[in-house]
Amino acid sequence: MRKTIVTGAIALAALAALAAGAFAVAAESVTAAESEQKPPHRHWHFEGPFGTYDRAAAQRGYQVYQTVCAACHSLSLLAYRNLMELGLTENQVKDLIKDIQVPDLNDDGQPVERPARLSDRFRKPFPNVAAAAAANNGKAPPDLSVIVKAREEGPDYIHALLTGYVPFEKLTPAQVKEFAVTKDDNFNKYFPGHKIGMPPPLADDKVTYVDGTKATTDQEASDVVEFLAWASEPHMEDRKRTGVRVILFLLAMAGLMFAVKRAVWADKH
Amino acid sequence: MASSHGTPPVFNNKVIAWIDHRLPIFSYIEKEYHTFPTPRNFNYFWNFGAIATVMLVLMIATGVVLATNYTPHTTMAFDSVERIMRDVPSGWLMRYLHMNGASFFFIAVYIHIFRGMYYGSYKAPRELLWILGVIIFLLMMATAFMGYVLPWGQMSFWGATVITNLFSAIPVVGQSIVDWLWGGFAVDNPTLNRFYALHYLLPFVLVAVVALHVVALHVHGSNNPLGIDPKGPQDTVPFHPYYTMKDGFGVTVFLIVYAAFVFFIPNYLGDAANYIEANPLVTPTHIVPEWYFLPYYAILRAIPDKLGGVLAMFGAIAVLFVLPWLDTSRVRSCSFRPIYKWFMFVLVIDVVVLGICGANPPEGWYVPIAQLATVYYFFHFLILLPVLGKIERPLPLPPSIADAVLKKAG
Repeated sequence: MRKTIVTGAIALAALAALAAGAFAVAAESVTAAESEQKPPHRHWHFEGPFGTYDRAAAQRGYQVYQTVCAACHSLSLLAYRNLMELGLTENQVKDLIKDIQVPDLNDDGQPVERPARLSDRFRKPFPNVAAAAAANNGKAPPDLSVIVKAREEGPDYIHALLTGYVPFEKLTPAQVKEFAVTKDDNFNKYFPGHKIGMPPPLADDKVTYVDGTKATTDQEASDVVEFLAWASEPHMEDRKRTGVRVILFLLAMAGLMFAVKRAVWADKH
Repeated sequence: MASSHGTPPVFNNKVIAWIDHRLPIFSYIEKEYHTFPTPRNFNYFWNFGAIATVMLVLMIATGVVLATNYTPHTTMAFDSVERIMRDVPSGWLMRYLHMNGASFFFIAVYIHIFRGMYYGSYKAPRELLWILGVIIFLLMMATAFMGYVLPWGQMSFWGATVITNLFSAIPVVGQSIVDWLWGGFAVDNPTLNRFYALHYLLPFVLVAVVALHVVALHVHGSNNPLGIDPKGPQDTVPFHPYYTMKDGFGVTVFLIVYAAFVFFIPNYLGDAANYIEANPLVTPTHIVPEWYFLPYYAILRAIPDKLGGVLAMFGAIAVLFVLPWLDTSRVRSCSFRPIYKWFMFVLVIDVVVLGICGANPPEGWYVPIAQLATVYYFFHFLILLPVLGKIERPLPLPPSIADAVLKKAG
């Protein structure tokens, strides 16, 4: 009887957590249940309770961001000094940013451009949202600082989006009709509504990797996702490491508590 | 030890004795948390009061730290939360503890409420204890709702817009109330500022009501799984060390599950759209509240009339206030109520079904299912409870707690 009640209590707690999870999943599935395809699941180095960021991939990803994405997308929450967390030395980062100019005010209060310093936030491609929108057919390209957290199945979705373009010639007449696609539109299998303002950003050999990796479109997409995942959650590794310690401690403490509780109650059963 | 309850304790430490003679806090702790006679037959459901208390303290502690680094302004709130996540030492930990803490506070309280309902803890003489609990629940909901607005993401903004707009359904004064809540003509900076002020204030009101809840609890003591009153010292054990240790164990197990979410899937219970900064010009495809509000959200949308929906939603909570008088059975515990026991489980399923309907857009099958589940929810409280108490034949109650416990132990 006592055992059934304990099991019951635990089962109910589990049920509550499960119900919470089910609600969350149900809410998520809604956003994905439109006409667009579900992004295929890929394996990521940072997955799972022990996953870490692949430093080499993230460094390549920075190269992709800087060469391709930075022309339109800001990364406003990051500073150049943060790049040292990707395993680069101070001098390597200084070398990486030596050609970047950032806006500032001089001693006379006049706007000037000066070389970027480690303490600077990433240079924004446009001075403000209105300018960004004006230069991009009326819609400002989103900031990428937390983009991986801001989409359901973020890493899979962004990889799928970057590689999911279908050229106009390859569309079926049905698709052209259903989504009212014209020659000037960019059709993406994974974008809600399919018509996306961003033209296909990646192509084979769009970047020349300094580490000699072959720059296929797929490789570029994976690398930039690794970089952006790190940008969205820079303390993830610290969080997981702490988590392992916290849970081990709590397990030991629970064991101890249970033993003491049993000893205290021994004369009452 | 249990028999020492009622006689004032003697303190050997002179400082403690000096203080206690003038301000009897030590006597109070001794009486209410040490010798306090507590039924000896609690099961693990009785852990959730202690667990909820721990979560409340944890939420206030992390919340105060977060508040020192947060900026309540529409142009800076989103970035200031991200600054906490990136640049404040251990800021990510405080933020994820707080964000998931809300969910786990609700999990603890929902189980605590279920416990109260299943074992009839709301019945005489504990009606006020129960009502204070419902007030705590309401305060929690208000606090959680306003807290969710603070990161100023898309769901923060649109959730605030939808929920505050509910008040416009009130005839005549509705729109004035909404403008007053907003501090303007749309959800904007004044709204964010006042929500921040109230989000900081309400938890302390909550603490005060929790204190009253505990005072009311200690008048007649806790209910227990048998739902019968202790008849003497053989039926009780002193609170410490018996229940301090048992609560300590239960709290630790609960914290393990909580920690698993905080450290390994911190965003699982949240909505990705809240990592997009609030934009009044772009409405998200589906506006959904946090999971713990989904059953009520489903009730709100089940009624095809705005005012009706709002009344039903608030009614779903208001009905809990009168629960002690709706239940006509004199037997507290469902263990001795062969029919009602099953209806309790049906109610749990009903609420889960409502939650799933709340998470999905109100289209197709979800509409009639949510309506049916809403009708059942009110049927349970308003018809089933009063009627069943009259016609159900309860099982025979054991003569005493000690008798039942010792017989079970064989």
